[in-house]
Amino acid sequence: MDRHERRRRRKRQMPDDDIIITMENVSKAYSTGAPALNGVDFTVRNGEFVFVVGDSGSGKSTLIRLLLRELVATSGYINVLGYDLNKIRHRKIPKFRRNIGIVFQDFRLLKELTVYDNVAFAQRVIQVSGKEIRRNVPSILATVGLAGKYKAKPRQLSGGEQQRVALARALVNRPAILLADEPTGNLDPNNSWEIMKLMERINENGTTVIVVTHNREIVNAMQKRVVTMKRGVIVSDEEKGGYLDED
Amino acid sequence: MRISTLFYTLRQGIRNIFRNKLFSLASIATIGACLFLFGLFYAVLMNFQNVMNTTQEDIHITVFFELNTSEQRVREIATTISRRTEVSHVIHVTAEEAWEEFRQTLGDHAEIYGDDNPLAGSDTTPSSENIVVYINDVAQQRTLISYVDSIPEVRKINRSDFLADILSGVNSLIAYATVGIIGILLLVSIFLISNTVTIGISVRREEINIMKYIGATDFIVRSPFVIEGILIGIVGAITPLVLIYLLYNQVIGYIINNFTVLAEVFNFLSVDLIFQTLVPVSFAMGAGIGLIGSVTTVKKHLRV
Repeated sequence: MDRHERRRRRKRQMPDDDIIITMENVSKAYSTGAPALNGVDFTVRNGEFVFVVGDSGSGKSTLIRLLLRELVATSGYINVLGYDLNKIRHRKIPKFRRNIGIVFQDFRLLKELTVYDNVAFAQRVIQVSGKEIRRNVPSILATVGLAGKYKAKPRQLSGGEQQRVALARALVNRPAILLADEPTGNLDPNNSWEIMKLMERINENGTTVIVVTHNREIVNAMQKRVVTMKRGVIVSDEEKGGYLDED
Repeated sequence: MRISTLFYTLRQGIRNIFRNKLFSLASIATIGACLFLFGLFYAVLMNFQNVMNTTQEDIHITVFFELNTSEQRVREIATTISRRTEVSHVIHVTAEEAWEEFRQTLGDHAEIYGDDNPLAGSDTTPSSENIVVYINDVAQQRTLISYVDSIPEVRKINRSDFLADILSGVNSLIAYATVGIIGILLLVSIFLISNTVTIGISVRREEINIMKYIGATDFIVRSPFVIEGILIGIVGAITPLVLIYLLYNQVIGYIINNFTVLAEVFNFLSVDLIFQTLVPVSFAMGAGIGLIGSVTTVKKHLRV
């Protein structure tokens, strides 16, 4: 589908059925310094697994924050799951975000809550009923392999286990898209692999997964789509790609 | 909103108070001090107004008329004056009635007049026929006097300016002092609650960020802090009410036992009567301070 066709569909508020993320000529400039993103074109189809790689300052985190509508693009068009993120009303942002799960490098679990409550928290704050929470949380904990540790506090878990809890929290509301910002950054190689395999399984079950990472070995081994960024622009976008060497 | 969400919000609000004990206590203490002073001034003001109401029932002006004003005309003027809002009631005192009353005062000395009525007036002296005008509100005495003074037939007005001025002055002073002190304390309370909520927000910043990423609405993110503010306000209102309840009876008892003159002059109100208004007003003020302090802070610091 060419750009004109995409524009035509956008005008009708009808994105390509299969495309769930569209970024067209997106730039983002902060008040000081060079633009963090500069004319980025990027689409993601439903059910894809995409690695976004690049050095620090290449614009990966800005890309994620734009997709979450934490930031607003300076120019260009962003559509995620049919939401025009430039025009979305403030009060509709929470509803939009319920379609996206996010995990971070530092897990960001609530230390005083148990594993169960950390995951249940994600449902409580969007007003899911107690009955549904009691059904969903054990199920998602079983999916990430933590069924037996639901009473544990985060400090009693390994880094890998904490990231599994974060994954369970991101997935419990059944998001269409999972965004992972350096999910293996604080993990040893074994735990990193386990987390990536878990995300691959989640992707096989239909969730679109976008992983921002520096982990060269994992990117090269998994043979997924790889989008490489440098100084705010996409320098390569390859199906079954690998981590580009520094030039 | 689901019941579970309501309880979740309440629980979070209560947790916020305990997470932030020192500032919560400071806020409760300041609101407590503010409402204690409010209660104190309110009790004094109510008692003073009670005294004023009792006293001003006796405050009146006496209006005398020019020579040759007919009794019919005096009655007409009395009727016109009695229709004014500041007037409680009017008594028409004929020259005979005036003399009868004065005769009681003179006692045996009145006998020198025999059957004559020296207050009946003559061709050159106006009669002492008068009307006594009782006033609803002492503060309106001046308005009434200027009206009565403008009636052509009115020769003289006897009035109790001194007492009226004192009563009205003290009443205003207490009211202004109450409003001033309470205004300052309200601002301090709102400022402290705002600080408490700001600290609560910074302590929970991580949790708030996660809530935002998950898709919590503004209401869910903000309401625990507003609940926190309201709860601090309500808890802050309880202590001064208990204190005033205990102190009030003690102080009144002390005054009655040690200052019998005051006890005879003043008819003190019962604590139950004072509390009929003070309790709901104190709780409303506490909750209001909490609400204003937390809502303004949340809006300023919690852009979801």
